[in-house]
Amino acid sequence: MLKIDNLHARVEGKDILKGLSLTVKPGEVHAIMGPNGAGKSTLGNVLSGRAGYEVTEGSVLFEGRNLLELEPEERAAAGVFLAFQYPVEIPGVNNTYFLRAAFNAQRKARGEAELDSMQFLKLVREKLKIMQLSPDLLNRAVNEGFSGGEKKRNEIFQMALLEPKLAILDETDSGLDIDALKQVSEGVNALRSPERSFIVVTHYQRLLDYIVPDFVHVLAGGRIVESGDRSLALKLEEHGYAWVAEHGEPAGVSA
Amino acid sequence: MNQPARTPFVAALADAPLPASGVAWLDQARRENLVAFAEAGLPDTRVEAWKYTALRALSQRSFAAGDAQAARRAVDPVALALPGIEGPALVFVNGVFRADLSLLDDVPPGVSLQPLSGALTHAPDPLRFALSRRYREPSDAFARLNGAFATDGAVLRVAAGAKVAAPVRLLFIGAAAERDVAWHVRDLVELGEGAELALIEQHLGAGEQAHLGTRLADFTLHADAALHHVVLQQAGAGSSLVRRSHYRLDARAQAHLHVLELGATLARHDVRAELVGDAAVFHTHGAFLPDGRQHIDTQLAIHHQARNTVSASTWRGVASGRGRGVFRGAIVVNTGADGTDASLNNKNLLLSTQAEIDTKPELEIYADEVKAAHGATVGQLDERALFYLRSRGIPGEQARTLLTTAFARAPFESLPDDALRQHIDQLLLSRLPA
Repeated sequence: MLKIDNLHARVEGKDILKGLSLTVKPGEVHAIMGPNGAGKSTLGNVLSGRAGYEVTEGSVLFEGRNLLELEPEERAAAGVFLAFQYPVEIPGVNNTYFLRAAFNAQRKARGEAELDSMQFLKLVREKLKIMQLSPDLLNRAVNEGFSGGEKKRNEIFQMALLEPKLAILDETDSGLDIDALKQVSEGVNALRSPERSFIVVTHYQRLLDYIVPDFVHVLAGGRIVESGDRSLALKLEEHGYAWVAEHGEPAGVSA
Repeated sequence: MNQPARTPFVAALADAPLPASGVAWLDQARRENLVAFAEAGLPDTRVEAWKYTALRALSQRSFAAGDAQAARRAVDPVALALPGIEGPALVFVNGVFRADLSLLDDVPPGVSLQPLSGALTHAPDPLRFALSRRYREPSDAFARLNGAFATDGAVLRVAAGAKVAAPVRLLFIGAAAERDVAWHVRDLVELGEGAELALIEQHLGAGEQAHLGTRLADFTLHADAALHHVVLQQAGAGSSLVRRSHYRLDARAQAHLHVLELGATLARHDVRAELVGDAAVFHTHGAFLPDGRQHIDTQLAIHHQARNTVSASTWRGVASGRGRGVFRGAIVVNTGADGTDASLNNKNLLLSTQAEIDTKPELEIYADEVKAAHGATVGQLDERALFYLRSRGIPGEQARTLLTTAFARAPFESLPDDALRQHIDQLLLSRLPA
């Protein structure tokens, strides 16, 4: 599904990713852990096409297509979804209007029929239940005045609605208390399927108690230095990231 | 005395025959206004009020003093309808009342609505005070022209205690003519004690024309009166439109003004409010969207002259192409206007490198215990918001339109009328690139 090979990327003239390789197959959940400044958020931003992230070397293939030459909206229509670490507040843009515009734009780009407002509202109501979100969030402006937990749940709600093939969760656990963390995780788990893959970027292993990954990778210094199964996350928890620096071998491990 | 050479603009109008009313005081006022106009001409940019709006191009053009064929100009009545809005309407074409286009069958009880031309014929004296005004400031050129040449407009009175639910509409249309015309309207609106009125003012264009329209309007609100005034400015693409709206509010009177400025090549609107009664409230909300080579200038001056008066103003500017927006928001709190609460906010978006917006908030405070806040910003679309929308699959152009529309719509969210709000949404959407 996703094949990242020797990816180098720079932001504001600073090299952040320095030879990252990763292969994700359908249905797999990959956790990417690492210390602050390792390039965790850069990976999500590069994959979703944010401006200002310059790829200097390497390739990213998504279902055989060169992901890097697509516009952000084309990547979304192809099935890539980024759950933002900091969801953006957009005053004046109604949440329902935004969701329908996004939903229909993706369908249009894929040559599928758009939904009218009645059909769409029915779908939205079904998906709201999954996230246990209050319907009145729909009538508010996008993320405006949402609590930290509401913002993150709104991200997962959008994911449930847009049904991506690959979802990248960028530190979705940051700023969440344990109840919100559970709710968000339940939402994510409800969306797991043999066709849908996840890249879960996180600083803490706590999230992985709830979203259990198939693979864990340690990102340090712009590349993956250690890969393993879930037990790697527990080791990190126990020993801290300093342990990686001492014991980890730089490697472009593919899972 | 040596007179500077007359510009074509002044030359064409200064010697034009004045309309004859047969009313001595009115003819006298018209003569004096014309003389004052001919002597001073148009202000240049050294006059503070016109610092950002140069009239050089206008001064080189010449206009006919009025349109003798105004009563016969073709206007499509369908284009005058506002979806979901019913109620009486007065229609003026090139400054002349058009009974054939107006809707006067359902004027609600307590409302007196008639064209100025009719009022002057039947009973001119109640209008004497307003129409005898002399304009003495260097910035008053268009008011003088209006004072000299205006023969028509709306005279609208709401009796004390009358609460009018259906909005009254005033429509001003510039219609194609054989040559460019300077037309003028003079409006007088008065709300009696405790009266309530919703007023919709529309400026439209019919056919290609490059007329100059001027409009002077007085709004007098007696104690406890409430006015909801919506202005939709969609004047014809080549036209120039200069307006002055003067509000006077007695105790506890409230005026809520919503203004959308979309049309004309040169649009200027001076809004002056005098809060002369205690606890009077004046709210203004507006958006101006100059595009192409449009120049849209709004000058707001709110004078707090009594205790515990309140004003709040929210304005948004969106400039694209080579469009230029000008906004001045002045709040003056007079001596003795203690307890005043005044706020003013103007945010602007520049959508192209050649667009320009000049914004200037001003505060003058001479009273005690005053709460006053003002701010102005000029910026570009939020790149983070843009990326957020695109990352969800919304194409770049659509995402820009969505954000821009949301930005421009903000001042109208307080509009109580759903149909009108939706209409404004449509106007904004059709205006911005999809």
